[in-house]
Amino acid sequence: MTIPIAAPIDARRRSREAGESVVDKRSLDDPRAELLELERQGELIVQKIDREAISVATKFGRIKRIQKAHLWHHKSCGQCGHIPGYSTSIFWVMRKLGYDYHDPHDQTSCTAWNYYASATSNTAAQAAVAVRNFAAAYETGYFPLIHCGTSYGHYKEVREELIRHPELRAQVRNIMAKLGKPLVLPEEIVHYSEWFHALRHEIAAKQVRDVSGIVVTVHPACHYYKIVAGDAIYDPDIYGGQRTAVVTGLAEALGAEVRNYSTWFDCCGFGFRHILVQRDFTRSFATMRKIEVMKEEAHPDVVLTHDTGCVTTLDKSQFAAKAHGRNVGVPVLSEAQFAALAMGAHPYRVCQLHWHSADYRPLLEKMDIDWEKAWAQFQGDLDRLESGEKRYLDWGDADGENDQGDFLTTPVSHKNDD
Amino acid sequence: MTLTDARKAETDAHLKRVDVAGYEDVDYEVKQRLFEEVMADIRFGDYLYGCYECGICVGACPSAKFYDFSPRRVAQAAAREDVELVYQQMQEDIWECSQCFSCLRCPRGNNPGGIITIMREVAVRNGLASAKEALVGYSRIIYKIMSTGTQVSPDMLRADSFPDWGPETADVADNLDLWRRALPAETMHTTSTGWSVADRTVLELYLIWFETGALDMISQVNPGLHSILLELMEDRLEEEGIEL
Repeated sequence: MTIPIAAPIDARRRSREAGESVVDKRSLDDPRAELLELERQGELIVQKIDREAISVATKFGRIKRIQKAHLWHHKSCGQCGHIPGYSTSIFWVMRKLGYDYHDPHDQTSCTAWNYYASATSNTAAQAAVAVRNFAAAYETGYFPLIHCGTSYGHYKEVREELIRHPELRAQVRNIMAKLGKPLVLPEEIVHYSEWFHALRHEIAAKQVRDVSGIVVTVHPACHYYKIVAGDAIYDPDIYGGQRTAVVTGLAEALGAEVRNYSTWFDCCGFGFRHILVQRDFTRSFATMRKIEVMKEEAHPDVVLTHDTGCVTTLDKSQFAAKAHGRNVGVPVLSEAQFAALAMGAHPYRVCQLHWHSADYRPLLEKMDIDWEKAWAQFQGDLDRLESGEKRYLDWGDADGENDQGDFLTTPVSHKNDD
Repeated sequence: MTLTDARKAETDAHLKRVDVAGYEDVDYEVKQRLFEEVMADIRFGDYLYGCYECGICVGACPSAKFYDFSPRRVAQAAAREDVELVYQQMQEDIWECSQCFSCLRCPRGNNPGGIITIMREVAVRNGLASAKEALVGYSRIIYKIMSTGTQVSPDMLRADSFPDWGPETADVADNLDLWRRALPAETMHTTSTGWSVADRTVLELYLIWFETGALDMISQVNPGLHSILLELMEDRLEEEGIEL
């Protein structure tokens, strides 16, 4: 009997005839070990975790270590550009926990949003962009922490390609030599939500606002746990280990009530090119398959997610749907913003909620945050900028060093000591 | 009737007739060459192992719920080396994919979304009509990412560009400079890029685009944009005394 699958068989035969390994790439269940072996062979440099780290389990049991401090923040285009409170909340939480970091200027986008949208790039270019950023981190001694879910997923793809294909390594090494940089990859590729998950109990220990009355639905980001799935964090105590533990683990550690809904596996509808030039698809999917289902099945006060595109899509798609009378109207935040609010962050100076579209004010009120007072404080900040008293606000301003009083209306009753 | 037409009529009744396809038909040899480009990609053997025909990829696929699109069909056409169908998919289907990679749920270990990434690359590199059409309205994004090193910028948030995102978009646009200066992170006091990218870093990115042929790919889908990017990058590299 002939099975009509010519191309995969041909590909295997070509690899065998070329003397290449025909080991299934899915056998790469420990990329760290593969990297260290390539380093031993002189093929590349591995940037090691060299500070205190927390061990967490990945989907198939491999232990992944998350470095706590001295981190090189690989920022996100969409976060910095369109939802800046996402980035500032990540920084703010890290500052409040007392962990040092570096916010670099010599970082580019991973360029993967464009690649998945337009395909106007190629394997070598994408790998070179990734390695250039990793080399920039390596030069500083700070360990990379990836803010964007797509950057994280794409860099894991790039790592697999570099491990598997010596010709690609040679090409990238040659390009890096022209830039005066080495071919270097980090020991672990770490998403910021993994850092938040690993440190969720430290975060909860700094909590000053009660969120026990807040109902949360979680949208897990596709590029976090579907691309190179074995590298995402799972925990038998969270969803019985059947879904990624990040975001949910943090929300539960903070004391929020996480509720289930049936379309949790569906993507948000971002689509990469669709969110920019084919938004009818994005709006429809985001509202009909995600927001409406969450509202009907879970009645959330807030949707928490952990990627740039997901926050943008789920938040921005609701306005047009509302005009059509759809059952929408729930705020969408990153879990970093939610954690920051729970730790006492200012909703505008730090979390920058005025860049969001879905109405977040009912959520703030339920968290006992006086958003009107907070907004007035922020307007006062803007007046200082407009008057020329200051050119820019800084972290001291974000923490209200010049304020009289606080915007928190009710003292905290919840303190999670889990 | 040409040989190609005869072949279609006899063996490929599932393909659209040329007169209703909406894109240019080409000789079978051209389609064969395009498919060979797809198969020659170093990732192809990592993305396709066969097909159980279970349909799990379709069930997981967001695009399949809204378009006449099937990741299973893409994987099967490639696996069978169905040159005609792969060509049709490169002209019609591949740009519907959301690139979410939900199809990685495949129990056989296939990556239909990854095959589509490769097919898109081939479509761009060869200037296929579908690629040109898909990227209409997208040139500003390509210009932004390739020239600045960040994908989307705060100044893209304009009410006329995103009328469906609500009145908050106009608020951002009206207060953009002030609101950006109010951000506590020093790298984010920018309006035309997501964060402040060092000049040297941008030049390194330009070198990558040149060295890998990524810049050349733009010439096939948008020659005007390619000319602008080429001139910009060559001038900047020359100013810094960097030879290509």
